[in-house]
Parts: sequence; structure tokens; C-alpha cells
Amino acid sequence: MLHELATASSESWISFNWDSLFSNFLPATRDGITYGGIYALVAVGYTLVYGVLNLINFAHSEVFISGAYAVVFTLTGLGFDGNSPNLGTIPLIGDLLVALLAGAVTSAVVAVLVERIAYRPLRARGAPRLAFLITAIGVSFAIQYLIFLWRGSVAEPSVRMVPVKAIFQIGDTLIFLNQIIIVVAALAMMIAVDQFVRRTRTGRGIRAVAQDPDTATLMGVSTERIIVLTFAIGGLLAGAAGLFYIMQVPSGAIYNGGFVLGIKAFAAAVLGGIGNIRGALLGGFLLGLIGNYGQYLLGDAQWNDVVCFVVLLLVLMVRPEGILGSSLAKVRA
Amino acid sequence: MALLELDDVSVHYGRIQAIHDMSIHVEEGEIVSLIGANGAGKTTTMRAVAGLLGLSGGSITFDGDDISRTKAHLRVVRGISLTPEGRGIFPSMTVLENLDMGAYARKDKSSMSADFDRVFDLFPRLKERQKQSGGTMSGGEQQMLAIGRALMAHPKLLLLDEPSMGLAPQFIRQIFRIIKEVNQQGTTVLLVEQNANQALKLANRAYILETGRITREGSGAELAADDAVKAAYLGG
Ligand SMILES: Nc1ncnc2c1ncn2[C@@H]1O[C@H](COP(=O)(O)OP(=O)(O)O)[C@@H](O)[C@H]1O
Ligand SMILES: [Mg+2]
Repeated sequence: MLHELATASSESWISFNWDSLFSNFLPATRDGITYGGIYALVAVGYTLVYGVLNLINFAHSEVFISGAYAVVFTLTGLGFDGNSPNLGTIPLIGDLLVALLAGAVTSAVVAVLVERIAYRPLRARGAPRLAFLITAIGVSFAIQYLIFLWRGSVAEPSVRMVPVKAIFQIGDTLIFLNQIIIVVAALAMMIAVDQFVRRTRTGRGIRAVAQDPDTATLMGVSTERIIVLTFAIGGLLAGAAGLFYIMQVPSGAIYNGGFVLGIKAFAAAVLGGIGNIRGALLGGFLLGLIGNYGQYLLGDAQWNDVVCFVVLLLVLMVRPEGILGSSLAKVRA
Repeated sequence: MALLELDDVSVHYGRIQAIHDMSIHVEEGEIVSLIGANGAGKTTTMRAVAGLLGLSGGSITFDGDDISRTKAHLRVVRGISLTPEGRGIFPSMTVLENLDMGAYARKDKSSMSADFDRVFDLFPRLKERQKQSGGTMSGGEQQMLAIGRALMAHPKLLLLDEPSMGLAPQFIRQIFRIIKEVNQQGTTVLLVEQNANQALKLANRAYILETGRITREGSGAELAADDAVKAAYLGG
């Protein structure tokens, strides 16, 4: 009797549907990679700031959603709406670039403002780590509710800019234009940042500050300038992610829309090894895939987050520093 | 006019005063040693000159300008380079990258290859190990790298904080020989040492620092011959 009850209740809320996972494996992979690219771009912002300041910038999720809003406003201004547009290639690329610029610049400005207004005064006074952490959480909520007060509790009307168009198919799974744009662009941006940090003089400055701020200063590096730069770079990528997010979720601009995605991206950064840019990339794609597989296996979209965080926990039990482990300080050219 | 002049300098850590009204000067071309026991305030002095610590009183003049409020990274540009206590090598950067970091603030990129040559000339070991990461080198090699890196900034004044610390005797001799050579090539040196023997031999002048106060000053030879100094710092 008890046994029956237990079985019945467990069946009612959790069951493994392997058939569903196998039959949806390709679409799940496609969507997982698409979301993975978005997570990865946002994860870089967490990782860079953590690498340089040892600070988890919880407000980074709002840096991201600010970019998404800027993208929506820009696209609306350009005349896009919820219908799939019928654009030629050249105008499409032009509009994409305008939206990308709007999102990236907006997020970078928000990121730098957060640094100036919230963190720099604490740094100047040598505040303890906990003060930074609670400030970061506070800034995150403050920005969320500022958006709420301004735009209300509902999402912005959806905008579609990329024509819904399948480019090729694998089996009977269609791969859409917007997904290709997202994944290719996200990869290119991640590689660019990684190479920037590894190969340029300024990138060396970032690594030096991450490793030993005092000695970096003795080399003539302005740590303040490096800090602003890391916030700006993280912001640029988060804004780009804002564009891709709107391409994937046209009605995604809502005041708390950054929150869950931000936590996911932060988890991706930790999974790959926080402080590590390649780790952010790896963690992003892994979490994207794992979440989507889990969702089909367990049958409900809510499972996506559960599975992601269970896997994160399991990985951290085996590798507490994340999969690639090393921090920004240890990156070698 | 002195290249470096500290005038009544005081430094605090919170409420604790580590340096009391210190006045010292370093003339262009000199090697000046600052001798003191552990905890006397040598590192604090060096960090204050480099700009990593602020002053609570007094002033620092360098090359004719008051730099008391100049930011640390701009003091490097003016010509002050500190090789910090413990060397401060970037462990995951290669030898070459560490040296590149030394030249980070320089505008005159054209003369950089000459500086690489000079550093590799002084430290052939570094040339052999260009691609090795700094963290995997021995203490002596790291100290060479730290000095070489400081020289890449082309300093007028080289600050060395206990360069002999933790090194085997043959490395210590080599480091001191190189300090002399660097000085003869035209770099002014302010050297901090606990181990006073060689530091006094090398120095034109020296100061004795005790619990944050200068208690003696004189030529290196003078202090090396002084009974009280001998008893306290030269093992009798
Ligand atoms: N970061 C610090 N905070 C508080 N006190 C310090 C700090 N660094 C050094 N001190 C104190 O200042 C004094 C001088 O230290 P330091 O300059 O490191 O001496 P030295 O280099 O001659 O060994 C010591 O009493 C030391 O305990
Ligand atoms: Mg010391």
C-alpha cells in the first residue's frame, strides 16, 4: 500500500521519458547550442570581473537585460514588429549591426556605470568582500525594479527581425537562419575576446591585474583603467547576447528577464571554471545542451533549470574549480 | 639636487605608525642602502616611494618634482621602478611576457629591443629560458627576472627590496655584482637589505632604520666599521 502510494506519487511528478529524449535529440541539441552561445557570452562578463576583482557581479544579469531592451527599442524604431519580416540580405545585415551596436553599447554603459556608482566607492574605502557582494545583489534588484517602474510588469511586445527561414536540415530537424547567426557570431566574439586577453598588451595588463594588482601597478598598469575595461568588455558581450536573446525569444524583454538567464550564465561560468574565458564558452554550451536534453527527458520546461543545477553540483563535487579550472590569472598566451 | 628626497615622511597602517618623520635622500648615480631588522619598516618605505602606500605626513620629491600625490603607475613612467619583496613574478607568464610587462608603460617602443639585449646580456640565464613560465623558475632565477623586468622600464631610480632574500650564496654574490654593474651603467639604486654585510660594501651611503626611524647614516665603509652596527647587523 505504502509502496504503491510512493510509486504513484513519483510517477505523477517525475518520470524519465527516454523515447522523448531520443526522438527529440537533434532539436534539443540545436536549441541547446543556440542558448549555449547566449549563456557563454553573458558568462564572460561574470568571469572577467571575477578574474580581476574576485567579485561576483550579480548586477551583470541586468547589464544583459538592459542590452535586450535597447535592442527591442531599436528594432521597434526601425519598424520591426511581431511578424516575420521579409528582408533582403544586405538590409538584414545592416539592421542586425545597428541592433548589435545599440545592445552592446547600452550594456557596456550600464556595466561601467554600475562599476563607477556602486563598486568604485567601496574599493576606494577598502570595503570587505561581503560589502561588495550585498551591493552587487542590491544593484541587481534596483535595476530590475527601475525597469519595472518604467515599463511595467509585462514584457515588451515581441519583435522579429530575422526571417523565420530554415537554411538546412539534419535528418528532419530544421536549422534556422537566426540560430546559425547566433551560434556563429557568439563563437566569433568569444574567440576574439580570448585572443585579445592572451595576445595583446592590454590583455597582458588584464592578466597581470588578475594575478597580482600591486605588482601590475609597479609595471605601470593603471588597475582602475583595467577594471573599467573588464566591465566594458563584459558589457559589450552581454549586450550582444541581448540581441541574440531577442532573436531567439522575441518577447524576452521583461524587467526580470535577466535574472534567470543571468544565474544560468553565472552557473556556466562556474561550471567551466570561473575566471577562465574558455571555461565560460565550454560551460555555456554544456549548460545549454544539458538543460535542453533534461527538458525532453523529464518532460517539462521547468526541468531545464533543475537538471542544469544538479549537473553543476555533481561536476563541482568532482572538480570544485570547474571543468577547466584555471583562473584568468593563469591563462597563458 | 637629489634624485630622490624623502622629507619628514610618515606612513600609517590604520592607526599604527610604521614610519616616523623619515628624511633620506639619494643622489643621482649613487647606490644607497637602507639597513634594518625584520619589521623595521624597510618594505613600507619602498612601497611609499613607489606609490603603493600613501603618506600620512611629509613629502617625496623625485627629479625635482613633488610626487607625494602621484599615482603609483605614473611614478613608473617618471622613472621609479620597484622590485618588490618576494619578487612579484607573474608565475603563469613566460619570462618574455614578464619582461614585456616591465616595459608596459613605455612609449618609446623603438629602443625596446636594445633593452632586451641589455637584460639578456646581464642575465644570460633569462635568454635561455625565455619561453619558460616564471612560476617554474628557481628563486635566484626569479630574482634575476624581477630585476631584468624592472630594467625594462628604463628607470632612473631602481628600488630593490631584499633582493638576496632566500637565495643561495652564489646567487647572492651574482645579484650584488649585477646591481653594481647596473649602477655603473647609469641607474641610481636604493637597496633595502636585512643582510647588511654586502649591502654596506656595495653602497656609497647607507641608512640604518630601527622601528620606523632612521637612527644612523653614513658612508657604507663608515657604517660597516662601526661597532654598534657590527654588533646589531653584521653578526658581531
Ligand atoms: N599591511 C600591513 N598592515 C599592518 N601593519 C603592517 C602591514 N605591513 C607591515 N606592517 C607593520 O609595519 C611595520 C614595518 O613593516 P615592514 O615595512 O614590512 O618591515 P620590513 O620590510 O623592514 O621587514 C611592522 O611592524 C609590520 O608589522
Ligand atoms: Mg620587508
